[in-house]
Amino acid sequence: MGCKTSREIGGMGHPIKRKEDARFIQGKGKYVDDIKLPGMLYLDIVRSPYAYAKIKNINIDKAMAIPGVLAVITGKDLEKYNLHWMPTLMSDTQMVLPTDTVMYQSQEVAAVIATSRYVAADGVEAVEVDYEPMKPIMRPKKALEPDAPVLRSDKEGKKDNLIWHWETGDRDGTEKVFQNADVVVKEQIYIPRIHVVSIETCGCVADFDKVEGKLTLYMTTQAPHAIRTVLALVAGHVGLSEEKIRVISPDIGGGFGGKVPVYPGYVCAVAASVLIGQPVKWIEDRTENLQADSFARDYDMTCELAANKNGKIQALRIKTLADHGYTDAAANPSKFPAGMFSICTGSYDFDTAFTEMDAAYTNKPPGGVAYRCSFRVTEAAHAIERMVDRLALEIGKDPAQLRMENFIKKDQFPYQSALGWEYDSGDYHRALEKAMDIIGYDDLRKEQAEKRKNGELMGIGICSFTEIVGAGPSKDFDILGIKMFDSCEIRVHPTGKAIARFGTKSQGQGHETTYAQIIAEELGIPAQHIQVEEGDTDTAPYGLGTYASRSTPTAGAAAAKAARKLRKKARKIAAHLLEVSEEDLEWEPGKFSVKGAPEKAKTIQEIVFASYTNHPQGMEAGFEATHYYDPPNLTFPFGSYICVVDIDRSTGEIKIRRFIAVDDCGNIINPMIVEGQIHGGLTQGLAPAMYEELIYDDEGNILNGSLMDYLVPTAVESPKWETAKTITPSPHHPIGAKGVGESPTVGAPPAIANAIIDALSHLGVQHMDIPITPYKVWKVLNEKGAALEV
Amino acid sequence: MIPETFEYDSPSTLEEAIQLLQKHGDEAKILSGGHSLIPMMKLRLATPERLIDINGIPNLNYIKEEKDFLKIGALTREADIEHSDLLKKKYPIFSDVTKLIADPQVRNLSTIGGNLAHGDAANDHPAVMLALNASIIAHGPEGTRTIAIDDFFHGFYMTALNHAEILTEIRIPIPGKGTGGAYHKLERKVGDYATAGVAVQMTLDGKGVCRYIGIGLTNVNMTPLRASRSEKALLGEKVTPGLIQEAALYASEDCNPSEDLRGSEEYKRHIVKVLTNRMLHKAAERAMNGGA
Amino acid sequence: MATKPIKVTLNGTEHSLEVEPRLLLVHLIRENLSMTGTHIGCDTSNCGACTILLNGKSVKSCTVLAVQANGKEVTTIEGMATAEGLHPLQEGFREMHGLQCGFCTPGMIMRATELLKQNTNPTEDEIRWGISGNLCRCTGYNNIVKAIQYAASKLNGTEMPAELKEEVSAEE
Repeated sequence: MGCKTSREIGGMGHPIKRKEDARFIQGKGKYVDDIKLPGMLYLDIVRSPYAYAKIKNINIDKAMAIPGVLAVITGKDLEKYNLHWMPTLMSDTQMVLPTDTVMYQSQEVAAVIATSRYVAADGVEAVEVDYEPMKPIMRPKKALEPDAPVLRSDKEGKKDNLIWHWETGDRDGTEKVFQNADVVVKEQIYIPRIHVVSIETCGCVADFDKVEGKLTLYMTTQAPHAIRTVLALVAGHVGLSEEKIRVISPDIGGGFGGKVPVYPGYVCAVAASVLIGQPVKWIEDRTENLQADSFARDYDMTCELAANKNGKIQALRIKTLADHGYTDAAANPSKFPAGMFSICTGSYDFDTAFTEMDAAYTNKPPGGVAYRCSFRVTEAAHAIERMVDRLALEIGKDPAQLRMENFIKKDQFPYQSALGWEYDSGDYHRALEKAMDIIGYDDLRKEQAEKRKNGELMGIGICSFTEIVGAGPSKDFDILGIKMFDSCEIRVHPTGKAIARFGTKSQGQGHETTYAQIIAEELGIPAQHIQVEEGDTDTAPYGLGTYASRSTPTAGAAAAKAARKLRKKARKIAAHLLEVSEEDLEWEPGKFSVKGAPEKAKTIQEIVFASYTNHPQGMEAGFEATHYYDPPNLTFPFGSYICVVDIDRSTGEIKIRRFIAVDDCGNIINPMIVEGQIHGGLTQGLAPAMYEELIYDDEGNILNGSLMDYLVPTAVESPKWETAKTITPSPHHPIGAKGVGESPTVGAPPAIANAIIDALSHLGVQHMDIPITPYKVWKVLNEKGAALEV
Repeated sequence: MIPETFEYDSPSTLEEAIQLLQKHGDEAKILSGGHSLIPMMKLRLATPERLIDINGIPNLNYIKEEKDFLKIGALTREADIEHSDLLKKKYPIFSDVTKLIADPQVRNLSTIGGNLAHGDAANDHPAVMLALNASIIAHGPEGTRTIAIDDFFHGFYMTALNHAEILTEIRIPIPGKGTGGAYHKLERKVGDYATAGVAVQMTLDGKGVCRYIGIGLTNVNMTPLRASRSEKALLGEKVTPGLIQEAALYASEDCNPSEDLRGSEEYKRHIVKVLTNRMLHKAAERAMNGGA
Repeated sequence: MATKPIKVTLNGTEHSLEVEPRLLLVHLIRENLSMTGTHIGCDTSNCGACTILLNGKSVKSCTVLAVQANGKEVTTIEGMATAEGLHPLQEGFREMHGLQCGFCTPGMIMRATELLKQNTNPTEDEIRWGISGNLCRCTGYNNIVKAIQYAASKLNGTEMPAELKEEVSAEE
């Protein structure tokens, strides 16, 4: 993409080095655990060893006897203030601390506050809790059986474990197509529970100033403004009024969705600080993070695809059983309890589709949050991309060919999907062609045929996904009623240097650089002189935060719009300075000049200076603008990925030989950063495809609750990713950009799964659930009599 | 994750360390590399009242050939073993194994003595030591004694070491001409404990007849396991692919793996068979290429 | 319970302290000595965010007791830059976009420091194995590998791989 601005200005398309890096590479980042306040106390949490149990008694005497332990807070203590329950973002309810029953293993039971981290840990060990264990329900299917005990007996009138039923599409029309279809393929596809494992865990420092009545909360949150409002709503009755709450999200060591929810630890720290009147720090351990924080996925999908005998796909039907744990603490927009799962028709031109879902309570930790994925899109993409391969296998057609024949064509955009979305733009054929060219698809298929003759296992997997990001238009999208706009406020100083503040919050995405580039593009002020600030609710304009790849589609657009407001003002000032009419002026990045007389010009810096020193009479002084951007539609990034694997027939080991990712996220702000995000997302797609899964036994014990057994890929497991791009701008976004952070996490798992299954398909293998491990591969090989012993 | 409180001593001689161990009895634990112990203490699965840090004791970190033995000091770090020119050249099995132990930072501190004295069948060195027919030298109140590796592992986290005894040296017979060794384990990701691991040391004479064979298995038994029947099948015989296959079969039959997240019992037996086969071939190849 | 007197040199400055034997080295560095560039990402020595140099060897400071560092030199990320400027590894991470959230970065850089001392011209495979004790959740490791290759070239004076040169010259 050609750049409109010079290298010095560094607007859109320049791969400028990141502004935020200077502090990170020198150990000067400021993460929440780096904050140390005078008189700060430490909070640590007593957790339940049982998945489901009555609490008969909590004895805190021994803990309180430890020098340095100041308080132990239990659910009964919080109950006095009516703070023992809190709402979830899905309008369900969640315990802060239990008064009588624990609902999952590692649930918070009591909070110990002490003068040091070490003493607090000792205090946790010394709290004695008397439990009466009960038989937990660990499988959603069991939970929905008619005679299943009701888990949420706290909810008046609740007679079963169904949280909600949701459906969309044409049930009868879809059924009709299935009845008449030449070919129907069906698979049971399970996407297991996984965890984001940002390398920084969650934590906060709550600092309540008793004199001012003001709470400052430093917190690992992706959505500081929403948190402030939630706190005001939850704790308003104990005197926390919204203007007296300041949420500061400092540097965040990765979020990926796991830092959207409000966890009990945060609330306990706030309660403790308010009660004691001193700052209280809570930092969770990795083990706590893995065992108790919100999980992602856990969808069990029954997928059916109908097609005619030539492979023209006609209808899709998916019925899902969703395990939400003991409360629905997902972070979806209110009207979309299953997020954007209805993107499941993917990149294909369907006549009709229908999807329905039952969400169940179980004795697992709550959640249903993202894992670097926009609201359940990963599940949807996995379903459709697996089913397309399944159909290809059924009718004996090459999976690339089948995709090409069924893609939505580029002239069909904007495209109305069978499940109600309006796709903004796309060119799916071009992306897949590009991926096939780069990897040498036809030669690989020849090689595979040769290898099969020799008994060697090699597979090629494709995924051509469509993402849906940038929530969202206010008519449909809100969280707890707050519309999902986002914001930017630009303030340009007299010397032409600027500060810009946003309602989002970077957790590594590089906003300090990319937002500056958007403003540089629009105003011609060099990006290096635009300071970007986020995360402080006292200073930043209101916004819903950073998740679901929404920052560029919403706050990025707000930046462009706010800058354009300023450019309008600049034009007026330039006309005044140059004594011409506004229509006689021409804009190029960084200056206005008089049409036909380019030597008569005013730079943006001169114009800004004049706005403070010599502004036209009747005009407001200064050079500031704010914009709250309400997107007209979502954006639909897409891509085609191809993965090549070789499999060891003796051990089942899988080697990713090559992986090419062709992504299209519309216009690109900073290609270096986009590519970096794609690399990272690919490794986070590899992880659930081959390594990660949270496993529970029937007693409710988590079997792999630490990083020793929850297998986060290292640089050795992660292959050298190859990337390429096509650019299909979003027609409705002010700068034509879409959003990219999550595309690779959506696209990689099916590409990898399809490659592995492709390697085994000639043995009669049609489907395998992720994570596909060497053990699973060997089991299949062994069953088919194809395992080697040497 | 904070350990419980404990007392700490850092003796500067072996004698002092042994005295401290005697004095404090079961309350005291030896701190060597600490990379098994400290994580267990942080999880409060281990709560010793006293740590006797032996890292300050001099002359326990060495790798040398002396008379008929390769001698490795107990405090020799895994990283020292990994980067030792002597071992790389003459004992490539050590490069095989150290690369697969945990990760580089852990290997910088963890010691071979600790790896063995921990008595964990999931650790990698025990199988290697079985294959190499090593002896363990231990210092205690009664003086020094030599423990044959076959008598060393007693049970789950239990060894032949008495409480006040300190493992000080590993002694490996310097193999004759025509010897090759090899180790590999299947791991779910780098640094993981073995799904199963196999160590082989083999000496071949000029006619390809097996004159020495040692086969040790990792993490497929309560204690580190010697594949005795496999060894018997090979010793004194000309090594052929068929015989290797037979030996591999015996190893898979004789181990006692249990099902866990790494796989079923059947899978682990299968992996033992595959790896025994592969390591026997690799060791034989190294032996024939004039390995030490 | 008795405290122990220790002397630790952190980034060139000697400190004498009285510490509990159970104090972890990472907490000594972060809390007692207020150098917060070294991070904590797990409890089980898997993530490597807490990697520092102890007498020049990269170790995970969450699995070392502060008392074990008695009489030793500790180097953290804060000790990498000199009066002349950034260390080539710091430069490499910035030039090659080897970081995103920055949380794993100090540990990665400290680990890579020792790696490049042991192996001045590592292959890609050697780099990947060399940082296998450090988890990164943002970058997918591609650019971390490049960052280390960049530093290796700078330190050993060899020519940078073409792929890297392109990125350096792409834009500042």
